Amino acid sequence: METRQIQDTIQMIEEEHLDIRTITMGISLLDCIDGDSKRACQRIYDKITTKAKNLVTVAEEIEREYGVPIVNKRISVTPIALVAAASDTDNYVDFAVTLDKAATDLGIDIIGGFSALVQKGYQSGDRKLINSIPEALKNTSRVCSSINVGSTRAGINMDAVQEVGQIVKKIAAINPQKCMNLVAFCNAVEDNPFMAGAFHGVGEADCVINMGISGPGVVKRALEQVKGESFDVVAETIKKTAFKVTRVGQLVGQIASQRLDVPFGIVDLSLAPTPAPGDSVAEILEEIGLDSVGAPGTTAALAMLNDAVKKGGIMACSHVGGLSGAFIPVSEDAGMIKAVQANNLSIEKLEAMTAVCSVGLDMIAVPGDTTAQTISGILADEAAIGMINNKTTAIRIIPATGKKVGDDINFGGLFGHAPVMKVSESQPTEFVARGGRIPAPIHSFKN
Amino acid sequence: MKIIITVVGNDKVGIVASVSKQLAERNVNIIDMSQTLMHGSFTMMLMGEFTTDKTSFDTVQKSLTELGQSIGVDIHTQRQELFDAIQKI
Repeated sequence: METRQIQDTIQMIEEEHLDIRTITMGISLLDCIDGDSKRACQRIYDKITTKAKNLVTVAEEIEREYGVPIVNKRISVTPIALVAAASDTDNYVDFAVTLDKAATDLGIDIIGGFSALVQKGYQSGDRKLINSIPEALKNTSRVCSSINVGSTRAGINMDAVQEVGQIVKKIAAINPQKCMNLVAFCNAVEDNPFMAGAFHGVGEADCVINMGISGPGVVKRALEQVKGESFDVVAETIKKTAFKVTRVGQLVGQIASQRLDVPFGIVDLSLAPTPAPGDSVAEILEEIGLDSVGAPGTTAALAMLNDAVKKGGIMACSHVGGLSGAFIPVSEDAGMIKAVQANNLSIEKLEAMTAVCSVGLDMIAVPGDTTAQTISGILADEAAIGMINNKTTAIRIIPATGKKVGDDINFGGLFGHAPVMKVSESQPTEFVARGGRIPAPIHSFKN
Repeated sequence: MKIIITVVGNDKVGIVASVSKQLAERNVNIIDMSQTLMHGSFTMMLMGEFTTDKTSFDTVQKSLTELGQSIGVDIHTQRQELFDAIQKI
């Protein structure tokens, strides 16, 4: 019995917030497509509640037996824009309500997949879905929505970029907090277990289990032991720690897969922070040697962190997938919030940081009078970073209605609160209005 | 099934006795144990083994948690695979 190793493991869980951030069951709804929308909704409800019947029970059993918290139990489904396209309705709100009811009845935290993939253009269901998003989010509490507006292979759909700006403003007019349930992507991935962007891709199996791990606190504690050492040592320490963290995800995923009799999909190697003290990606960057996240050097530190997490994690599990990188949401990370409040971190610096990690400008509150065009412009910039760098990028922006720079908006619980950040007031009106598509970059032509 | 039991709390007479008695009553065989004082706290780790026809994980965990509450120490019971997964390649 290796007592030192047992102590280390218990310390990681008890004191350093090591947990499984999410166990996400991906469920294909392609076999629920029906011309009659009511029948389609019934089939969707039946399939989800059958496949995921034991998800929460099994997750709780594993938590109890292994002593590792599983913070969220989630479901992702086939993008509803595809599933609903054949149905005889122009309004997809009933589909969202059906997802919400299934999630509620199962005790699932969040269900993702009220989504459209429009990187190259719209099929008939896409526009209907996008137009239904504000009302769908208004009428549900557990549904998450996503729109993929671009990809390295297809370029950027600027019509969709324009539309996302308008939709975000419409949601904010109803309830700004609902904006956190919508994310717009470039290069969205089909096996992402994290919300708001999880959906079950059409290339996936009928039903799979995907895991999202966490553990910023564990990495920070490990780095506290190598103060003043070179970057070689820092990178090596992160790799070793990421290996341990990922092994927990692999173990829990394997057990869940066996007990649920569902194939194990992937482990997403992401460092996902929470607002809890000591569970912050910003604090890791500061431990590496920055006075505050946002200081010059932040992007380099984050690039190294992100890369070392992947190198350590990749050997610890059989299949890596999802977003796999360090998340830098503002509202969900106490260190990020502190840096914004102290004027050490701007949207522009965050944008630079998103070029070297996943996933994008996440959970960022902007003044309530931020225009739809500005939001579209921010999305276009993020999408361009993703398209050119062959990586996933996204925006999840919250126009804080009635609030201005320096005010604060609270999302509650795991989602934290966000200081309202300054956005350039210079407008991209004509740029956004052009529409059409930004062509795919030259390096996308690999065949 | 192998389990790791960790007991942490203020040192006092009878902790080892009461934990091992409880395990014996539940048909859990102790196959390894280690005990020390760390930062003034009594810390004990045991590796136990049982067959599921004699008892269940939930029963053992529940009885140990209740014992911990009654004698004023924290007792955690976890399945052993977790520790191997994290610490071994």
